Amino acid sequence: MNRTTGNSPFSQPDEHGHFGRFGGVFVSETLIAALTELTDAWQRVREDERFWAEFQHEMAHYVGRPSPIYHARNWSQQLGGAQIYLKREDLNHTGSHKVNNCIGQALLARRMGKKRIIAETGAGQHGVATASVAARYGLPCVVYMGAEDMRRQASNVYRMKLLGAEVRAVESGSRTLKDALNEAMRDWVTNIADTFYIIGTVAGPHPYPQMVRDFQSIIGHECREQMVKLAGRQPDEIIACVGGGSNAIGIFHPYLDEANVRLTGVEAAGKGLDTPFHAAALGCGRAGVLHGNRTMLLQNADGQIMEAHSVSAGLDYPGVGPEHAWLQETGRVQYVAATDEEALAAFHALTRAEGILPALESSHALAHAARIAPTLPADAIVLVNLSGRGDKDMHTVAEYGNLQR
Amino acid sequence: MSRIASTFAHLRQQGRRALIPFLTAGFPDREHTVPLMHTLVEHGADIIELGVPFSDPMADGPVIQRASEQAIAGSMTLARVFDCVAQFRQQNAHTPVVLMGYANPIEAMGYPTFIQHAQDAGVDGVLTVDYPPQECTEFAAALAAAEIDPIFLLAPTSTEARLHEVAAAGRGYLYYVSLIGVTGAATLNTAAVSARIPAIRAATGLPVAVGFGVRDAASAQKIGAAADGVIIGSRLIEILEAASDTPAMHRAAGEFLGSLRTALDQLHGAAQ
Repeated sequence: MNRTTGNSPFSQPDEHGHFGRFGGVFVSETLIAALTELTDAWQRVREDERFWAEFQHEMAHYVGRPSPIYHARNWSQQLGGAQIYLKREDLNHTGSHKVNNCIGQALLARRMGKKRIIAETGAGQHGVATASVAARYGLPCVVYMGAEDMRRQASNVYRMKLLGAEVRAVESGSRTLKDALNEAMRDWVTNIADTFYIIGTVAGPHPYPQMVRDFQSIIGHECREQMVKLAGRQPDEIIACVGGGSNAIGIFHPYLDEANVRLTGVEAAGKGLDTPFHAAALGCGRAGVLHGNRTMLLQNADGQIMEAHSVSAGLDYPGVGPEHAWLQETGRVQYVAATDEEALAAFHALTRAEGILPALESSHALAHAARIAPTLPADAIVLVNLSGRGDKDMHTVAEYGNLQR
Repeated sequence: MSRIASTFAHLRQQGRRALIPFLTAGFPDREHTVPLMHTLVEHGADIIELGVPFSDPMADGPVIQRASEQAIAGSMTLARVFDCVAQFRQQNAHTPVVLMGYANPIEAMGYPTFIQHAQDAGVDGVLTVDYPPQECTEFAAALAAAEIDPIFLLAPTSTEARLHEVAAAGRGYLYYVSLIGVTGAATLNTAAVSARIPAIRAATGLPVAVGFGVRDAASAQKIGAAADGVIIGSRLIEILEAASDTPAMHRAAGEFLGSLRTALDQLHGAAQ
């Protein structure tokens, strides 16, 4: 039910995890056996209806799915064009779409008999979701988080600790998400026999990009049913923010074969794409290899990975999931960018117009919706994936001093 | 015969093991790399693994991470690594040099250019940690065509089938990762390593070198009893880090390497 089937040109990856020239398994030999074991286990459960029934049960009763779609009438009216609908992933238990994937991987970990969970986190949403799920299933949990991110997302750090997870500060490199991922990989390589690494986005070596996508595709599958009931048809355009790209792939994937639904991913333009301070790997990066896959990366001429910048810690990643790199290359999905300033403006606009505080990550998708809505007729439908709630971002928003009036 | 193959052949004739120190290029800074390479050779190195620093060294422990960060901060680049090798070659034509690093700097340069520069500089082997054989068949073939050995890792977790796959792809030597973990970890089980080596030998005619957890003469000797070569990285970097000045650094590196050389050559003595 969450699986891609049929002979769509978008049925990727191939059996070795390649999405066109992207993806793959670029890891040290020590991890190969573990990834083979994971791939085999994953391919087995992928065909197992009981696994998906268990997943659906948890989605309904633990996460609170299906998440509603909300017609943002006030904001649409203010923008004076298209009708904007919001897929309310912010209403999920733990506050974002991240939990969908954590449940899926934790269920798989249990089937594989793994006794310990590790994860990396940027904004802390994936860490909180993993810590929650680990508590739910009684598994010890270690979350790696960049020291810089721990400072920016102190309340999420506290939440993870309350949930019983151990949060380990990562002081290497840029002390953000990419370094947390490096450190989690190092833990995994050291404790490979008993540990399951729950990667939070559609990156990493095969089978992670495929597996995370399949768990997150529940978002798009729900939308397909809900939009028909709510608006009588599918949207003209779907917009989602892209850091690693899990919420975007989750809503896009079930729509890839629908040629008249325009799909738009929004990267973080930070202080501007003409500055070094952004996170637009698709917009400004070059192909390369990082974190186990070939994808688009922010890097210097010598192939060193550059620090990304975004006001939202969850988009602060110099790479992007390999399937996005491939979807960009095929032209099926267009990728644009929104600056910190535009995201903050959209954050405030939605909060005031609808009484919904979006996560700063999701605010990038909202910013692009605000950009295009006025150019579209009033009967056009734009669906935005509101991937998370903004409670965690109060501190950042206050720091930016954007409290108006 | 490649410089690596003839080095191992020569050592084998003498019943000796290869001592293979790893040095991060540009650590502690760019000026020290070539003199340190010569010091290592003077004190018994048979092959030098020269680390190409990368911003995200996923398979490395804290010591080599730190060394890489410092080297990058000191503007060490892949192009400058080639300069170091070329400069080393002006005085040393016999010691093989293997570049060890990650895929992205190679991809950023473009692998045909990389191979051309490697050949011009006098590089003998290339070990790319995150290029398992199945993801780099073209690159490995192009290296081999340029008479540069593509060197691959084997791990304690590698299956029997995998062992044969990697053995078929590799040239020069096979690098057996002695432990389940990152470089420099302190969990080396020398008995477990020695127990695995016969299975690797059965799958390949290539020499087998062991690294990742070797820290001193005693562990080097135990590994050397079973393997063709012993690789030492993190501990050497720690010793360089601890030195107060340049002469002390060369002295300490020389003494350390000398102690390993002696320990390995005792095996040869014992055999006679």
